[in-house]
Formats: sequence, C-alpha cells, structure tokens
Amino acid sequence: MRKKWAFLGLVISLFAMLAGCEPLMVLDPKGPQAETTANVIWISIATMAFVVVAVFGLLAYIVFKYRASKQSEDYEPPHIEGNPIVESIIVGIPIIIIIFLSIVTVKSTYEVEATPKGYEGQKPLVVYASSSDWKWHFSYPEENIETVNYLYIPTDRPLEFRLYSYGPITSFWIPQLGGQKYAMSDMVTTLHLAAEVPGEYMGRNANFSGKGFAENIFHVEAMPEAEFNEWVADVKATAEPLTEEKFNELLEPGHLGQLTFSGTHLEFLPPPEGHHHGANQSHEDEADPTGAHDEIEANHSDHQ
Amino acid sequence: MEYFDRFAIPHPSPAIYASMVAIGLTVIAILIGLTYFKKWGYLWREWLTTVDHKKIGILYLISALLMLFRGGVDALMMRAQTAVPDNTLLDAQHYNEVFTTHGVVMIIFMAMPFIYALMNFVVPLQIGARDVAFPRLNALSFWLFFMGAMLFNISFVVGGSPDAGWTSYFPLAGNDFSQSVGTNYYLLSIQIAGIGTLISGINFMTTIFKMRAPGMKLMKMPMFTWTALITNAIVVFAFPVLTVTLLLGTMDRLFGTHIFSMTNGGMDMLWANLFWVWGHPEVYILILPAFGIYSEVVSTFSQRNLYGYKSMVASIVIISFFSFLVWTHHFFTMGQGPLTNSIFSITTMAIAIPTGIKIFNWLLTMRKGKIKFTVPMLYTVGFIPIFTIGGVTGVMLGMASADYQYHNTMFLVAHFHYTIIPGVVFAMLAGLTYWWPKMFGFMLNERIGKWAFWFIMIGFNVTFFPMFFTGLDGQARRMYTYSEATGFGPLNMLSFVGAIGLAIGFAIIVYNVYYSTRYASRDIGTDPWNARTLEWATQTPVQSYNFARTPHVNSIEAFWDHKKKGQPLFKGEIEKIHMPNNSGVPFIMSCIFFVWGFSFVFSMWIPAIITTIAIFACMAHRSFEKDDGHYISVEEIEATEKNSEVLADENR
Repeated sequence: MRKKWAFLGLVISLFAMLAGCEPLMVLDPKGPQAETTANVIWISIATMAFVVVAVFGLLAYIVFKYRASKQSEDYEPPHIEGNPIVESIIVGIPIIIIIFLSIVTVKSTYEVEATPKGYEGQKPLVVYASSSDWKWHFSYPEENIETVNYLYIPTDRPLEFRLYSYGPITSFWIPQLGGQKYAMSDMVTTLHLAAEVPGEYMGRNANFSGKGFAENIFHVEAMPEAEFNEWVADVKATAEPLTEEKFNELLEPGHLGQLTFSGTHLEFLPPPEGHHHGANQSHEDEADPTGAHDEIEANHSDHQ
Repeated sequence: MEYFDRFAIPHPSPAIYASMVAIGLTVIAILIGLTYFKKWGYLWREWLTTVDHKKIGILYLISALLMLFRGGVDALMMRAQTAVPDNTLLDAQHYNEVFTTHGVVMIIFMAMPFIYALMNFVVPLQIGARDVAFPRLNALSFWLFFMGAMLFNISFVVGGSPDAGWTSYFPLAGNDFSQSVGTNYYLLSIQIAGIGTLISGINFMTTIFKMRAPGMKLMKMPMFTWTALITNAIVVFAFPVLTVTLLLGTMDRLFGTHIFSMTNGGMDMLWANLFWVWGHPEVYILILPAFGIYSEVVSTFSQRNLYGYKSMVASIVIISFFSFLVWTHHFFTMGQGPLTNSIFSITTMAIAIPTGIKIFNWLLTMRKGKIKFTVPMLYTVGFIPIFTIGGVTGVMLGMASADYQYHNTMFLVAHFHYTIIPGVVFAMLAGLTYWWPKMFGFMLNERIGKWAFWFIMIGFNVTFFPMFFTGLDGQARRMYTYSEATGFGPLNMLSFVGAIGLAIGFAIIVYNVYYSTRYASRDIGTDPWNARTLEWATQTPVQSYNFARTPHVNSIEAFWDHKKKGQPLFKGEIEKIHMPNNSGVPFIMSCIFFVWGFSFVFSMWIPAIITTIAIFACMAHRSFEKDDGHYISVEEIEATEKNSEVLADENR
C-alpha cells in the first residue's frame, strides 16, 4: 500500500510544482476576464485540496490501522448501524463548502458575462467573429475592415465579440483573455473580453468541427490604442475590398492563411441577429421572464 | 457494381484492410470450429436460446470484455498519435473516427453491458428469486444490445465509421458535414441497443419490486440491489429521451427533415440539449451500480456491516433525482446567460453532497473493520482516492465561470476519465473478481490479479493526470495533432507511456483468466470470500433454479446472520419448481433487427420494409404462442442438491 501513497504524494507535489513555476496558459491571464476565472480556479483548487487531503488522510489512516494483518485472530468487527452526529458532519461540511463555492460561482459568472469591471464607461470595440470550415473571419463594422485568421485588438478597451458560424458549432477561445463561447449558425452569442497587456496570444476554435479542427487556430495581437488605429488606417488604405464573390470563395471548406480586406461581409451577408428562432418567435413581444432571454434580447436591441 | 460502391470504405488504410482480413479469418475459424467439434446444437440450446438470467449475464460479460478491448485499442491508437507533436500515424479523418468509436464503444457497448452482466447475474440471486420477472424479454434485451454492438462494429469495414464525436452534435453530424454513412450507423446501432436497455430497465424494476424473497422489505435489500433498482428507474426515465433524439436525428439524415439543420428553422442547440438530457443521467446509470458493488465489497472484506445503510439509500435516491437537473452544465458556453448557468452550477455542485456521503460511509465501514486486501478490495481502496480527484475536479467544472476555460479541453477529458474509470472499470473488475467464483466455479488467481491491479492503477494515473495540465495550458480535446511550439509534447508522451501500462494491466487480466481456468482449484465451497448476502447461499456453480427452497429473510445481511447467529434461512419442504422455457425468438428477432438497422444505414428500403414486417411478425407470434414453461420435479431437485453445503447445514 505504501507504494501507492508515495506515488500519489509525488503526483500531488508535481501538481503544485508545475502549477507554481511554469505558467499554464489559463492561469496566466492578460485581461480582467481571464483574471477573474483564474482567481476562481485558484479558489476552487485550494478548497478542493482541503477535501482531497481530508479524504486521503482518513483513508490512509483507516487502511493502515484496520488491516487484518495487524489485528488479532479473534477480533470480531462490531456491528455499527450509523451515528446521527457523524452523519450530520459528513453532510454538513460538504454543504458549507458547496454554498461557499456557489457564491463564488454566481458572482464570477455574472462578472465574466458582462462588460469587464472598470471598463463600463468606455465604448467597446465590436468585432463580429464568424467561423467557417476551418477558419475565422473577423469583421470590424465601425472600422469597416475584415481579417481572416488573425485578430488585432487595442489594449485597455472593452471588446465585444459577436459570434456565429457558417458551419458546425465552434467555440471561440482566447485562453489568456477569457473563457470561451460557442458560435452557432442560427443565433449570435456575445463574449465580453478585454486585454491589458500588449502581446501575442493564441486563439482557437475549441469545439470539434471536423477534419480541419486541429488547425482551426487564429493569431491574436493586442497593442496600444494608437498603434491599433494606425493599423486600421493602414488596412483601409491598402487592403483590397471584400466582395460577395470573394467572401463566398473564402467560405469553401479548407485552410487559409492570414488575409486582410477593407469592407466587411456584414453588409451583403448579415449575421443571424434579430430573427428569433423557432419556438422563441411567439415570445418576441412578451415580457421575458428569464435572464437568459434578456441577454439575447439585449444583443438584438442594440444592433437593429 | 455501382450499387455496391456504397459499402466501400471512404478512407481506407492498411490497418483497416488488415482488420477486414482478421475479422474474416476469425469468423471462418469460429464457424469451422463449431462444425468440427459439433457444437452447433450446444450453442443453440445452451446459449442462443437461453432465458436463464445467469447465462445471459455471462453473455453480457463476454460481450463487454470484447468491447473493452476494441475500445482499448482505439484508445491506444489515440495516445500513440498524440504522443509526439506533428505525428502522422493517423490522419485527421481516421483520428476523428477513432475517438468517436472509442467513446461510443466504451460507454454504450462496454460499460452498459458490463453493468447489466453483473445485474443479471447477481440481482435475482441477491433477492432470492429464481429468475427475472420477464425471462424471455431479458434474452431479447441482450440480443438487441448484441446486434446493436455488432452493427456498430462493422461500420469501420463496411461503409465507414462515424466521425462526429460520441456526442454527435448536429449540424456536424448532419448530411452536409458528415457525408459517409458513419453517423447512420451511430444512430441506428445505439437505437437498437437502447431499446434493449429500456426493456431491461422495466424488467429489472419489476423483478426487484415483485420477486423479492419473503421478508425482504425494500429497506432490507442488499446495497447492490438498491443501486440496481435506482439505476433501472433512471433507465426507464432517460432512455426514451435517447430513443426520440436518435429518431429525430435519423429523420434528419435519411428523410430530409430539418430538425437540427442550419436552414429552414432547424435548431442545432436542440440536439445538444436532448442528447444531454439523456447523457447526464446515463453517467449515473453507469456509476450507481458501481457504488453498489463497492458497498458489497467493502463490507465483505472489512468483515463488517455497511455503515450508514439508510443514508446510503437516501444518497442514491437523491443522486438519481439530481441527475436529471444538471444537463446544461455540458454546454455552459452556449450562451444561455448567467442566470441559467448559475442555477445549473448549483445543482451540479449539489450532487457532490450525496456522493461525499457515500465516500465517507465506505471509509467508516472500513473503520473498526478487519480489512483483507483481496483483489476486489484493492480496486475499491484504489477507487476512493482517484474518484475523489474525479469528484473534486467535477465540482471545479461545475463552476460555470471557470468552466468557460475548462470546456472542450483535456482538463475535461482528464476529469471524466478520473470518474468513469474508477467509477465503472475498477468497479466492474472488482465485481468480476468478486463474483467470478459464483459464475464459473473457481477463483481468479490473487497474485496475478494484484499485478494487474498495480499496472492499471499506476498506468491510469500516469495516463490521465498530465491531461489536467495540458488542458489548463490550452490543449483542446479531439485535436489529432499539435505543433511542437505548443509545448504539449512531453506530457502527451507521458500519457502514452501510462496507456501502455494500462494495456499491460488488461493483458495480465486476460492471462489471469487463462491461468486460473487451467490451474485454479475447483474445490472452493459455496462461499469462498466469507460474504454476507444471499447469492452466496446458492450452490457453486449455481443451479438453473437458483434456490431449491425459497429463502426467508429478516435482516439486511440474511446470509451473514444465518452463518453467525444461526437464523434459519430455508424453511419447509422442497416443492416442484416452475421455470420458463428456452426460446429462439429473441435471437431471431434481434438478427432481423440487425438486418433492419443495416438496411436503414444504407437507405435500402425494400429490405427495410421486409424486416420491419418481420419484426412485427415475431411480436405477433409471441402474442399467440402458448408457452406455460415447465416444472422441475422434486426428485430431480433432490438429486442435484445432494452435495449442497447449504442443505447439509440445514439438516444438521
């Protein structure tokens, strides 16, 4: 038995070590949303470590103390039905832990689903990020430019991504800026992010979408606002305009490198905003009781 | 010849051609062997037509073990492919097929039959019954499952495997993005097996409610029977959802409806919801029987009664209830908004409470016990720490905001293997080793069994623990390869090494079966583990009628109290026993189902219509058939019981 404990001990210390010195992407946040989730993850790891240590300790103690080889031949284990006090403890402590984690979860979930804290006053940069097999199209409606497979963003400004898909369900994910969200063909989902540190980040589709899924990656570069504006002006001046014909060509399944266009596809191929889906249709004008719908509703109202 | 083009493999590879040859040769070898040894009649009488729950249990067991190796080979291929960056062992399409079949085979065709193998064999014995409530339906359940599994398994040599993941999300699984017949196989084979499971659910609930021995109140049932009851209740509520979901998917793929499609009002989110409304309860369908097995094993080898019986029962009932209220946590990232996600986060985390109760009750059962480290007990003791890690990471995943970062990553893969492998595979190996002597009349070698355990235990941790880190480092799941710059290489290599360790562990188990079959003692008595429940009060091997006289029960551990306190278990005289007749209809009907499924997979409508009619004809035949079963006479019973220790005890 000792072999196993030594091994598990090793594994746990490895966990602590690895997490401590080598920054894992998710635990190395570069923006407020990713920082919130990283903090939640650390809180949960600490809480759960307490549970793990308690169970492992109890198990080791019991297995060591009550093994047959250590006991006398004629020891007869007693008949014990249960004990209300002991059983209340093993119910009570987990309930307290779960209540604590629930509060953390609810609070942080509302945080990452809204404009990042401290950025509420600023006007967000809106980017429509749409996926097709197996690439990402980024449309900047206000700047009137569009890129493929790479994303330039200004630091210290809220970012509002509107996600949808020209194919299977995909998931838009930049681990160091925040959590992921699905892009689907029949509705637009919104993801609020912000970057605080200039630099290059990995972005990808995290949801399996067929043959080219593994390479369905995009490059993210965060830069100060001035530099970003320069880039926008440059693109507008030099990039070829995106035509409907060209865009349909881009939608064909396959991989493309990084491309840049002036103009966006939003003009001739509007995103699936505004039209409600199937069963939702009848509710459109009614007061919607659920928060989930409110959120969708909000997306629609500010872009119609 | 054009007609036959549809059966060709869209993405052939040498490995697939080799498998075709291997499958062909194996089938020929089996046919020649059966003919040469004149075993056709034996096979038909004793196995293909049997309605005996014990034999059906063993059939389930054999199928589950075969599928375990099929799924295991898939797993090894995946680990080998991802062991080094930019590997070219498998291409993207092949890798996608492999992880899809790995998931489906392991969940639907390995774990499900494994739990039904043990339920079939053990539950009637534990409640003192002679068979299940509907023996012939039970045979139908097995053969439907078996034909579903076979239909699924021929996919990679005839027409191509499914490649849209075991979750088969639409629109990826729709005709636009998945053009081979693979997903048709997925929809129809799971449909056929699922009907079998649903029938089993009804069958076992009825059995447990109606056929318990006199005196066995619900609160005197052994814990494994309790978990079997609740599991089958979940089956009865969850599987109809699967049936309908698969039907809708089939309609979309074969008949041009637009339920989950991208256009014409289809809704891709609907598939994800329906799938997980079944899929999450399914997780508890797998894990609850495991909890039952651990409860039996822990109590037997700690040589103590199970601590907190009532809270154990309460916790499984609560778990079964909550299992239906958490499905949204599989797609927190679909944009439902923070309110919905918060509610489902809380229900998800709440499941940790009843699960925790069970862990502590097992620990408290061991406390003050006298723990013998047999192989089943090793798996149980090994299960507790690993499952605890699986459980706490489950709570972490249940926290919606953090899940946005874990979702679709290797962290998730690590988590569910940390729950399913100790929660199902370890439990099944524990249960298999524990009940093996009752099934086959000899014990598996303990020393070899312990070697296997250590290989599996260490191999498992080495394989899956690194995935927590690669996941947090941004490695998405289901990627067939990654570049060297990502830095995922070393940890993935470590996983591959662990997977080899796991494979060696399972190979040792195979060797153990061979070794023990040849050399193990057949003289093991009826109760080799000094156990506590009724199945050990039967003869070894168990007679077809299970109990010559019906046991009378007045405590939770009737057999233990009978041994220790001398409480009488069997009263009265031996009477003639009524038993059901064998029937070939379930087997034949399931064969027709196989052809039916195959016809639908390839949209061959004429055979599809003929087999549909044939299936109804089989049911009509059953409705008008007069079959009152048969009686086993008192003389015959007395003759077979002569050597029974139990009877000898009674007469003394």
